[in-house]
Amino acid sequence: MWTWFYRLASPPFVYRVAAAAAPWFLAAAVAAIGYGVIDGLVFAPPDYQQGDAFRIIYVHAPAAWLSLFSYTTMAVAGAIALIWRIKVGHAVAAATAPIGASFTLLALVTGSLWGRPMWGTYWAWDPRLTSELILLFLYVGVMSLRPAFEDPARGDRAAALLAIVGVVNVPIIHYSVQWWNSLHQGPTVAKLGRPSMPGSMLWPLLSMLLGFMLFYGAVLCIRLRGEVLNRERLSAWVREAVKS
Amino acid sequence: MISAGFWSMGGYARFVWPCFGFALAVILWNLWSARRFLAVARRRTARALMMAASQRS
Repeated sequence: MWTWFYRLASPPFVYRVAAAAAPWFLAAAVAAIGYGVIDGLVFAPPDYQQGDAFRIIYVHAPAAWLSLFSYTTMAVAGAIALIWRIKVGHAVAAATAPIGASFTLLALVTGSLWGRPMWGTYWAWDPRLTSELILLFLYVGVMSLRPAFEDPARGDRAAALLAIVGVVNVPIIHYSVQWWNSLHQGPTVAKLGRPSMPGSMLWPLLSMLLGFMLFYGAVLCIRLRGEVLNRERLSAWVREAVKS
Repeated sequence: MISAGFWSMGGYARFVWPCFGFALAVILWNLWSARRFLAVARRRTARALMMAASQRS
């Protein structure tokens, strides 16, 4: 089993699989996001309380969800790299950080624009908003820490440690609306057993969630190839890969 | 099907459309920066391989 695990994490294998998977992820993402945007903006009915402002959920919720997923991926990849000394783990962590940071920024900006008409303010030091802002700082910290060391291996280890320590913020963000009094609404999609929105609003949201995840997969594959090349520059297999 | 009411978003147009516009910008930036990152990595790798080959010969 371990042989299989190490073969799966070998740089040439990851490079090849990422190259093959990226276009498929991207095509599926375009289809899912395209359907979600059209259905969410044109066909979903306005909310009985928020009117058409609720349509911001179709970009805000997938971006926020992706910000947490991406951070968890970064921490898990960092832990795998530290525990089993699998170099590709550091490459995955490095590749995922800028994607996660950009979607965290998107979640914050869209949340702020949604908050203005609903709460009367662009920003409040609310538990959900504050913990999401801390997530953005953690991403920036991880991205800044890696190149701060002369020895890339030490930079990778330090960034992985910060990512692992910072993962404690992920459940705090998720449960903040339940643990503390918050302006932010409670979970909507997480309770699929008893959904709090009708299907005509829910399906475009689920499609957007899927589309953002697929897009993340596509961009991660492209970035991962670059990270693997940077780390394996003089390996024999790279010579063949660069020629093709 | 798409009327003037659609673009006004029930009076929330100045909040809804910037959100979708910013989302599009983030998506395009991610795609562009990832492709650029890979292209730069390929160029650097090709240069490093050329230098290694010239040192051997």
